[in-house]
Amino acid sequence: MTVPSAVAQVTRSFQRMSDVRAGANGLNCILWTDREAALADARAVDARADRGPLAGMPFAVKDNIATLDLPTTCGSRILEGYVSPYEATVITRLREAGGVVIGKTNCDEFAMGSSTEYSAWGPARNPVDCSRVPGGSSGGSAAAVAAGIVRMALGSETGGSVRQPAAYCGVVGVKPTYGRVSRYGLVAFASSLDQVGVFGVAVQDAAIATELIAGRDARDATSVEHAVPRYRDAADRPLAGLVIGRPREYFPPTLDSRVAALCDRALDAMRAEGAEVRDVSLPHTSLAIPVYYIIAPAEASSNLARFDGVRYGARAAGEGLRAMYEHTRSRGFGPEVTRRILLGTYVLSAGYYDAYYRKAQQVRTLIAEDFTSVFASGVHVLFTPTAPTPAFPLGAKSDPYEMYLNDIFTATANLAGVPGMSLPVGRLDGLPVGGQFMAPHFDEFAMFRAAFGLERALGAEAHA
Amino acid sequence: MAVTRDDVAHIAALARLALDEAQTTRMVTELNAILVHMDVLQQVNTPGGAGDGPTGQASMPLRRDAGPPLALARPLESFAPSLRDGFFLVPRLATHEDVAPEDLE
Repeated sequence: MTVPSAVAQVTRSFQRMSDVRAGANGLNCILWTDREAALADARAVDARADRGPLAGMPFAVKDNIATLDLPTTCGSRILEGYVSPYEATVITRLREAGGVVIGKTNCDEFAMGSSTEYSAWGPARNPVDCSRVPGGSSGGSAAAVAAGIVRMALGSETGGSVRQPAAYCGVVGVKPTYGRVSRYGLVAFASSLDQVGVFGVAVQDAAIATELIAGRDARDATSVEHAVPRYRDAADRPLAGLVIGRPREYFPPTLDSRVAALCDRALDAMRAEGAEVRDVSLPHTSLAIPVYYIIAPAEASSNLARFDGVRYGARAAGEGLRAMYEHTRSRGFGPEVTRRILLGTYVLSAGYYDAYYRKAQQVRTLIAEDFTSVFASGVHVLFTPTAPTPAFPLGAKSDPYEMYLNDIFTATANLAGVPGMSLPVGRLDGLPVGGQFMAPHFDEFAMFRAAFGLERALGAEAHA
Repeated sequence: MAVTRDDVAHIAALARLALDEAQTTRMVTELNAILVHMDVLQQVNTPGGAGDGPTGQASMPLRRDAGPPLALARPLESFAPSLRDGFFLVPRLATHEDVAPEDLE
């Protein structure tokens, strides 16, 4: 089959953006584009003797990943108009592989949120049902893939910000192992948790994108020298012999029985293909949200100290240096970022550090040990719901902690550093539901093997 | 461990954030509503072996403390608002006014 030219693919993406109203008056999933620059990049790819494995494929990029010619605002007023002087390694690698950046996507401010409602540039909308959120924080990227603008997009994960929007929009979302992918050029939120992730229409798209961005980068000290298999080859591996753990803590009595039923249907389909399904336990799962919402804000309060009106973006005048800092930050940050900075500052402050931050780190160790134990028992991958519910209506969750509970099934993988991914397993009232695989550190191959198998086994039922 | 108005004022100062009265009141309510869910951690028995830093997973490496800085993707001249002798020229912070490059000569 002849692959269309890069110019034709990019032109089609921009046409689709227009058709689905991807801008501020529509889905609001794409924030910044430069059609002429994208077409110039596409022409450069077409002129290459070897167009690379992506062969001109357009891709979209979350607004917290640095690109050279488009703004990188992290969905925040404090970075309004900011254009990075350098490019993220993941972008460089995809461009070298023949990919073309077609736009930056909407996200919760500094990736803090689960609905993309906390963006300074207005909420993004779910292409499946425009009255509902696309999930978050990488909701714009998920929506761009679901709307057919691109087959592939980049997002970032700190507590589920790729997997949860992938589930809400009915696409595939991958969070690689902590250290698997370079974070050079990813604006830091919580450094012991952050990881670049990918979205794809199908498992194959996500596998190829993950394969291309994975691997050691001298510019990121946390990236690891570890062999990167060809994940797309996992498509050829049968499910027979694969041991899948079903952790009981992810199927609590309070879970919507219809979500549980779709996940169990997926497990039945994999069992029918020869996989072995075992009931397992990750006993500290219920502590993940309290732990996450101490550690992540604590790290955020430190990382976001750099946005002070001196080094980046906007500045608000004030009488004296402290007033300038305070005015700049108070006007630049939105309510959720302000809340998390204050929460993080509190749990790190004298008198409260031991009770909150140190304790959370200790419990985090127990959560990580749960995963180590279950994988040491012979389980290859775990399978769970990605989120407790399908996408909720815009404005439905005004209580911050209620919003945090969306991450209940995803934050554990970030705390433990293991890879995770979400893929569609069915629909409830027309809304997509995602199932999640998690695997041992650096065993994304097992995760993709399971995902390819489930995709095959479910077929059209994954979207029904 | 209820958060008070004084606590919020203190941490806002530490975080370089200016809150008005209404924002302070709201933040006291919200932080207490969030932190009440964190108290469950106090009931968890964390044995002496449980680390209090990031988990000791294999994927948490440290960089070798050596080597020259990596080259920039683009030269400084291509993105610096103003540059002299390889150094950035920045506005004077003492006055918080944007100072034109020629004023810095």
